[in-house]
Amino acid sequence: MEKPIEGEKKVFMTGNEVVAWAALAAGAEIMYGYPITPQNEIMHYWTRLAPKYGRMFLQTEDELSAGFTTIGGVMGGRRAFTATAGPGNVLMQEPMAMAEMMRLPVVVIIMQRGGPSTGTVIYSQQEVTLTTLGGNGEGFRIVYSTASNQELFDYVIKAFNTAWKYRFPTFVLGDGYQAKMREPLVIYDPEVRGISPVPAEPFLGKPGVPGVDRPPGHYRNTYNTEEELYEVIMGLARAYEAIIPEVVEFEEEAVEGAQLLVMSHGVVSRAAKSAVRALRRDGYPVGYFRPITLRPLPVEVMRRRAKEVRQILVAESAYGQFARLVKEALYGLQVEIVPLFRPGLGINPEDIYSRVQELIKGGEKGAGHIAATHA
Amino acid sequence: MQGILQPPMPKSWRKETKPHKFCPGCGHGIALKALGQAIDELGLQGIAVFGCDIGCSLLAWDFFDLDTVQTHHGRTIPVMVGLKRARPELICIAYMGDGGGYAIGAQHLVNAATRNEKITAILINNTQYGMTGGQMAPTTLPGQKTETTPYGRDPELTGYPTQGPEMVAAITDERAYVARGTVARPGQLREFFKRALQNQIDGRGFSFVEVISACPTNWRTNAKETWEWVEKLMPTYFRVGELKVPEALRGKGVEAKDEETP
Ligand SMILES: Cc1ncc(C[n+]2csc(CCOP(=O)(O)OP(=O)(O)O)c2C)c(N)n1
Ligand code: SF4
Ligand SMILES: [Mg+2]
Repeated sequence: MEKPIEGEKKVFMTGNEVVAWAALAAGAEIMYGYPITPQNEIMHYWTRLAPKYGRMFLQTEDELSAGFTTIGGVMGGRRAFTATAGPGNVLMQEPMAMAEMMRLPVVVIIMQRGGPSTGTVIYSQQEVTLTTLGGNGEGFRIVYSTASNQELFDYVIKAFNTAWKYRFPTFVLGDGYQAKMREPLVIYDPEVRGISPVPAEPFLGKPGVPGVDRPPGHYRNTYNTEEELYEVIMGLARAYEAIIPEVVEFEEEAVEGAQLLVMSHGVVSRAAKSAVRALRRDGYPVGYFRPITLRPLPVEVMRRRAKEVRQILVAESAYGQFARLVKEALYGLQVEIVPLFRPGLGINPEDIYSRVQELIKGGEKGAGHIAATHA
Repeated sequence: MQGILQPPMPKSWRKETKPHKFCPGCGHGIALKALGQAIDELGLQGIAVFGCDIGCSLLAWDFFDLDTVQTHHGRTIPVMVGLKRARPELICIAYMGDGGGYAIGAQHLVNAATRNEKITAILINNTQYGMTGGQMAPTTLPGQKTETTPYGRDPELTGYPTQGPEMVAAITDERAYVARGTVARPGQLREFFKRALQNQIDGRGFSFVEVISACPTNWRTNAKETWEWVEKLMPTYFRVGELKVPEALRGKGVEAKDEETP
């Protein structure tokens, strides 16, 4: 069967369309999904494209089912995925708790929308807490936060390999704005970039007769004793911690000599980057830092950078969900963390530029205070 | 003694995990024996996958020499649906309680049935929530005392027992197999399971078997009372028999016989 993408191709696509193409290129074999704005078009493109390449789709009765059917697909050894948003992401957390416990390589695309509740469907970074730490678990999962349609393509492909290589549920975060925004990007056959698919293997329905040719695969998430469960969780924790150095990703710019660092993630980091460039051009000692993995966070480099500056401005389209993760990562350091929270609203470069300007001007007046807290 | 006084265990049972973990007198063990025999007779050990729910069915997570996944409460049907869609050559069995199938996971049962998902769902009707200590289930009998209906279930307040197979029969097309068996007639139950599995093997459609079962622990019944409950009382609300049999499965010599007593 022909490849969905031969070589490389310049295209002009919405984020949702990009996700469908990326999943095809990544060799995803089946998507399970339930309609919710703003991710609907992922399914719309997938259902149009998938049959041409022998891929499958199932529209389920809700997101609980979308998550649990994805688990079934993955346990059958297929590269399976789902996509959701907002209230659907809430329901998705139940199956993801099971995936976390059993280390199932499910891939979930989250196109965040404004909340709480049904909220809105465009700008939002309000599903950070839910996606990184949702479920009745410990957050043993990998979450990529993308900033552009190019990154959506790159990281959806990467997510399948990350999931199957490390065997932790893997999420790709975007938002309604990215989902609907059209941008130029290059889509490609992963092979031409030297990316080959990590093979998927079945958990259930392996070759041979269980009990005759091989022991049966018995997977459970219920344990009889506290000690038994403790061992399982500690095993998960050790496995998760071991992969952190390999998995974490970040992007930084102009951190050399910076006194203030703008920290952001996802689409907001685009505004942050252009604001920092403009501020630098105008002579302000400002740096840009953006974690690409929100779980696990690149804690080591974040702490190193935090020690070099006086202040960190955390900009996000949420009321402190990302900032909470940042504070935890920087716990114990004497750096001042300043919020720029706009829950469910977009953030422009000007918003960041003017806030930084105020902070630096204010900082000059109150330099004594900042130096003291920095010491 | 084994093999002389006791009939042999089904081949698909995992010997290492026997005796099983259910309470003495529990119906789950009888149902799983009938299922094991059906799997043996159809030669499915190499391709059948067993999914069990949360509820006392979870105690079967290592029961069979079959690849097995124990899921969340009510979510076994979607896990098996997802697996079946991804690996149609496997025979996928979703095993659950009446709380799992008719309450928290009812949307999955209804929609899997409507979509004619080619899986086999088996639901143990023990008229209450066994694992959590005997609360009301959708199947609780009128007047039955449970932990959450201590004065007896009042149909005015909480309705009548769910008619599960009747509902599934009503919402499926002619490709579905639907039956209600009972642990009081294990021979018949085994034949129902065989037809339900055959319907999946044939790639025809959804199959559903409810099993009238016993929970002496939460019913607080002795052996005699338990069997009266299963054999006499429950069938007055839940009619035993086949509700829907696809044409191709009819007249295959598996009609209800009751050659065994437990
Ligand atoms: C989401 C969720 N809600 C509630 C429970 C608690 N719970 C565990 S088993 C059970 C009821 C089991 O009853 P049933 O499905 O009838 O199975 P039985 O034990 O009677 O065989 C409940 C409510 C749970 N595990 N998960
Ligand atoms: S509580 Fe009831 S259903 Fe559960 S194992 Fe005991 S007898 Fe069986
Ligand atoms: Mg029950």
